[in-house]
Amino acid sequence: MASDTQTRPTSTDVGTRRSLDLQRTLDAKIPAGPLQDKWDTHRFKMKLVNPANKRKYTVLVVGSGLGGAAAAATMAELGYRVKCFCYQDSPRRAHSIAAQGGINAAKNYRNDGDSIFRLFYDTVKGGDFRAREANVYRLAQVSVNIIDQCVAQGVPFAREYGGLLDNRSFGGAQVSRTFYARGQTGQQLLLGAYQALQRQIGLGNVEMDTRTEMLDLVLVDGKAKGIITRDMVTGKIEAHAGDAVVLATGGYGNVFYLSTNAKGSNTTAIWRAHRKGAFFGNPCYTQIHPTCIPVSGEHQSKLTLMSESLRNDGRVWVPKRQGDTRPPHEIPESERDYYLERKYPSFGNLAPRDISSRSAKEVCDAGRGVGPGGLGVYLDFADAIKRLGVEKIRERYGNLFDMYQRITAENPYEVPMRIYPAVHYTMGGLWVDYNLMSTIPGLFVIGEANFSDHGANRLGASALMQGLADGYFILPLTIGDYLAQVKAGDFNLEGGEFRQTQAEVNQRTERLLGIKGKRSVDSFHRELGRVMWDECGMARNDQGLRRALARIPELRAEFWENVRVTGESNNINGELEKAGRVADFLELGELMCLDALHRVESCGGHFREESQTEEGEALRDDDRFAYVAAWEFKGLGEKPVLHREPLSFENVQLAQRSYK
Amino acid sequence: MAPALALYRTSVGKKVVMALTGLILVGFVVAHMLGNLKVFTGGEHLNEYAEFLRTVGAPALPYGMALWIARIVLLVSVVLHIVAATQLTLQDRAGRPQRYAYHKKQAATYASLTMRWGGVIILLFVIYHILHFTTGTAHQNYIHGDVYHNVVSGFQVWYVSVIYIIAMVALGAHLYHGVWSMFQTLGLNNQTWNGVLRGIAVLTALAVVIGNIALPVAVLAGFLT
Amino acid sequence: MNVTLHVWRQKNATSPGKMVKYEAKNISPDTSFLEMLDSVNQELIARDEDPIAFDHDCREGICGTCSLMINGLAHGPERATTTCQLHMRSFKDGDTIYIEPWRASAFPVLKDLVVDRGAFDRIIASGGYISVSTGSAPEANSVPVPKDASDLAMDAAACIACGACVAACPNASAMLFTAAKVSQLALLPQGQPERQRRVLDMVRQMDSEGFGHCTNIGECSTACPKEISMDFIAMLNREHLKATLSKK
Repeated sequence: MASDTQTRPTSTDVGTRRSLDLQRTLDAKIPAGPLQDKWDTHRFKMKLVNPANKRKYTVLVVGSGLGGAAAAATMAELGYRVKCFCYQDSPRRAHSIAAQGGINAAKNYRNDGDSIFRLFYDTVKGGDFRAREANVYRLAQVSVNIIDQCVAQGVPFAREYGGLLDNRSFGGAQVSRTFYARGQTGQQLLLGAYQALQRQIGLGNVEMDTRTEMLDLVLVDGKAKGIITRDMVTGKIEAHAGDAVVLATGGYGNVFYLSTNAKGSNTTAIWRAHRKGAFFGNPCYTQIHPTCIPVSGEHQSKLTLMSESLRNDGRVWVPKRQGDTRPPHEIPESERDYYLERKYPSFGNLAPRDISSRSAKEVCDAGRGVGPGGLGVYLDFADAIKRLGVEKIRERYGNLFDMYQRITAENPYEVPMRIYPAVHYTMGGLWVDYNLMSTIPGLFVIGEANFSDHGANRLGASALMQGLADGYFILPLTIGDYLAQVKAGDFNLEGGEFRQTQAEVNQRTERLLGIKGKRSVDSFHRELGRVMWDECGMARNDQGLRRALARIPELRAEFWENVRVTGESNNINGELEKAGRVADFLELGELMCLDALHRVESCGGHFREESQTEEGEALRDDDRFAYVAAWEFKGLGEKPVLHREPLSFENVQLAQRSYK
Repeated sequence: MAPALALYRTSVGKKVVMALTGLILVGFVVAHMLGNLKVFTGGEHLNEYAEFLRTVGAPALPYGMALWIARIVLLVSVVLHIVAATQLTLQDRAGRPQRYAYHKKQAATYASLTMRWGGVIILLFVIYHILHFTTGTAHQNYIHGDVYHNVVSGFQVWYVSVIYIIAMVALGAHLYHGVWSMFQTLGLNNQTWNGVLRGIAVLTALAVVIGNIALPVAVLAGFLT
Repeated sequence: MNVTLHVWRQKNATSPGKMVKYEAKNISPDTSFLEMLDSVNQELIARDEDPIAFDHDCREGICGTCSLMINGLAHGPERATTTCQLHMRSFKDGDTIYIEPWRASAFPVLKDLVVDRGAFDRIIASGGYISVSTGSAPEANSVPVPKDASDLAMDAAACIACGACVAACPNASAMLFTAAKVSQLALLPQGQPERQRRVLDMVRQMDSEGFGHCTNIGECSTACPKEISMDFIAMLNREHLKATLSKK
């Protein structure tokens, strides 16, 4: 079957694609030399901006999460003029704040055999060999500096009685390399970056615009030179110019409507940049996190994640019999299926996120799910409570149990938790080279917004690491190499490009308000989310993706004819904000399905039902798909063009992941 | 002087001024209450004690000097306490110009919410108290120098006793929150000491209320004549 | 279940506002409070009326964006729970619910239930940080931190800057917010060099934002969804007194 699809182009691509595409390879500008030396060599070879000249350069940073806040603060410390923008009312509220578990770093404080190479190796393997070796190695290298930096900022990491930093094993890693601050690691790391940013704001080195949303990118002579924003309080559409633009706007999981992302998380900044020429890398790679609280009804507006550390002590099971509606305590041991332990004896309940999620879907699809709608599996602590005592469990997971009880009104000390997978993270994003620059010169993309480090699946406690690595230690250096080659202040706010883009944004806003249709923005978003979840979710197949590719353009057309956006443009208008974002999701969703359709292999979070082993495990096709798919926008309704960045693995052995 | 002025410029510093002046006033109130209890040891004792307050420090200090020093310290404390409280209250009013249509309290005690009006009641009472027992202006049967007589005959008027009892309850409430608040403002509270400090606040308030109310009650009950 | 809402509606920062009555019908008790408002808004949109504006983002109790005085209580009736994690099962069928924005002159209303909490950011910008530029940090384990100090610092650092402390305080005081950051950084060895300057600058900024003062009543701590203790206010007072008296 696989060979069939290989020769048969997808409906959205023309027959000549393959031969053309082979020439369309992308240069990731990976420095030559041994893996271990690449970053050092590169740092030496990069051009520097004279310290006295740094003041003359303006950098626009969009987003204030781990990546954006760290980058804005660090570049201001270096001497650049920085303007930072966020849609939230304060930079401290970016969704990085919600990360619970921890941050990985190759400190090897536990003397358990960890090393930079091991962190690198685990990350590449965990990403199912679809990440760029050089980036991942650099990430592992700077991971140690991140911990130093954060501790110096006053981040209250957990400590041992001797006063030294504590570590834990996380997400099934075989070493203890995860640093954490209770269940609020993301919050504490973000506040560290936020405080560094506020310091620079107080010193006058960063101009911060809150409640400001980027609506478009401005190119001058093909280079990123500015952005158009909307002031979400006054509605004013404004142009901002700079010598470079950094997008740190997070992931696009909200294309699914229901996800663990913040309600405001959106794709607009990167999608607008994509439309202006930035290639979109691996859009279909989505991480579905296994331990979320199941949907409780139609009213559901978002999903809540619970740290996967719960899987350290909880046992996952469903009834063996289909449609078994007995309460859990009435189901005897012999009639329970601890399916993760059964299928993956060595990893058991700690199997990686993609595998756990897919297994949950499998049993629910087989009619053995529990709870409302049969969309849930049990995460049972009864054995752990028996073994360790209720106090120990309370000590380890008390906060999470409380949160679960607040949301579901069920007591997990007595009744097994119900969990179900939910969209959590998008590994895909704008394609960037080794310098974190997109295919648009001067447009840099960091954190979850880029595609770079996690391949097809992200390991636990690696998102915080990447955001901060990009923000503190990589971008502030690589951007200098670009800036050193452009003239400072070479832009004109009154220029035609700014005027024109500003006018386009204004028109789009007025158009949205002028449709005055019958359906609310949310109803479109929900429907798009449903299509994406059904056809481009945990498991994907040719037919389903084609269905989605037919449906999404219809839905988009209906949106532009029938959406109802109430209120005015010159005031706080949540409906208008949402409408703009959903309009972009309606375009992105199509690209995601297209990417998923073209990748006729299973890897990490991307599971194609056509490509699996006899035992139902994901089957990669390294011969045909060991590349990054970077899509070029060619106009709405036009077929996007696929560019490939071949991935070569010189330091790790490609192997089929096995967690048996 | 510079640090004191710097301190007073902030809301936190003004609060320190209230705490320190409050401490002086609490000390006075407790001492005053203990002095009052001499009434139960007999009229001569009380009158002797009153005379002692005027002659304390003699011969180094002239007659009545110590008393006047104490009065000046107290007066300055009262003025600072009230000025700081007024400034802070005005700051608070400006802090929330628009009130809630519906507002519930969860942690606040009656005492903590009535500090301002309680303070005003105490001030009015102090003025009355001075006119009543110190100058005799508001006393129907005042004999200069005979404290015991003035106390007993004063409290024999039932509504005067009622005024004193009400004022003492207001003072007790003020002390209950004020003493604890003083510890908090001076930064003494922490998890280890909170229980003890709360206890001190409660004991101070109770002692002052019970000790002082004992007088009018004893007079009305006929124990003191 | 059905509930009657009285909601503060205000067109923008300069317009006067008023309480407006709405009916929320057929609400599942498993609905979150904000989802209940979502459904009211969907009905308003269907009637072509302006939906109720309220701040929210993560909807999992950590970003600190959501607010709301619900029946006179900041974040509603449940302890240690933000509005976004409050569920309708905390109310009874037929209840009347009053919903108002945070009220403080330092938190001006921008629209309906949305207020501007920029004052908090300015307090942090005035000194709520440790000055350590990227790259200059020493090896993380070179400075041991006693576990109890680190745990206590984490208790303070749990603040989400939602503003409930200010909203619940009868004086609209920002002491609990300011104290939490002052305490966190004063407790850690890394925070020592700037310890005195930090508390003086932050208190000065706090006062200049127009917040009220602390009368040690404790409404803040009780309303705080992260249960930040008032003991940190005592710590701020101590830090401030020491810093003022020892300032050269």
